[in-house]
Amino acid sequence: MKPLTAGQVLDTRHYRVSRADLVRYAGASGDFNPIHWSDRVARAVGLPGVVAHGMYTMALASRALTTWVGHAGIVDFSVRFTHPVVVPDNEEGTGVVVAGVVAEVGADGLARVDLTVTCAGTRVLGRARASVVAATGVDG
Amino acid sequence: MSIDQGLVGRELPPTAPYDVSRSAIASFAAAIGADDPVHHDVGAARTAGYDDVVAPLTYPIVVAFAAMNVLLADPEVAVELHNVVHAEQRFEVVRPVRAGDVLTARLRVESLRSTAGTDLIATSSRITTVAGEDVCTAHATLVHRRPGADG
Repeated sequence: MKPLTAGQVLDTRHYRVSRADLVRYAGASGDFNPIHWSDRVARAVGLPGVVAHGMYTMALASRALTTWVGHAGIVDFSVRFTHPVVVPDNEEGTGVVVAGVVAEVGADGLARVDLTVTCAGTRVLGRARASVVAATGVDG
Repeated sequence: MSIDQGLVGRELPPTAPYDVSRSAIASFAAAIGADDPVHHDVGAARTAGYDDVVAPLTYPIVVAFAAMNVLLADPEVAVELHNVVHAEQRFEVVRPVRAGDVLTARLRVESLRSTAGTDLIATSSRITTVAGEDVCTAHATLVHRRPGADG
């Protein structure tokens, strides 16, 4: 592991999301909001169809983050849910791409990692960032 | 009708103690596709320096969500979950959640802003062990779309 340094670009991660993943996540998280499994309810509230839990998308971002920096050094992680991830009812589902860069390393030894999370080319999370103990390091 | 401003500053009683099991951590990790052995294998977690398997970073939402559901069901709030959208989420992490933790959340309503048709509710849930050890604070901002309101 090497310490995080400002400007460092982290390896972009690609994930798939299917309806089955959302059902599984609903069970594991206890979030049974029907907009994540019923097209009928999703459309009734103005969505194009079933959308991923915001927390599912945030969890994918956290997966990327922990593959980069591990688990122990993360002290803060925040996102805004700016655009829904629409998940079609087919085998392939949709794709979520997580890119990251070390924006700065402060005098306090904390690195700010900025994440860019997109689905079909659209940013789905805004101001996605983590504060990480820089000495924790990064793989490679 | 918009939600009453009197709700700001309200603190809910601690949620019922939540036992974090190895299998619950493994299920959550599997649901998000996290195959890192520290979530699934005690030996791997111990090699990595933990006392037991550790949960993925966003796992504390499970405990915070229980507190949010109590708030949404409160007679003074009484909103339907399908009219609620998650707008922002932040975790201030003290340490990773690990199997064997017994956790509770104390939710506080931080602010409330109502515009035509929507209520923006900012909450913070301080998550501790039942012994009082801080684990994390989960900040969630929820948008409630009032049924029948335009925009």
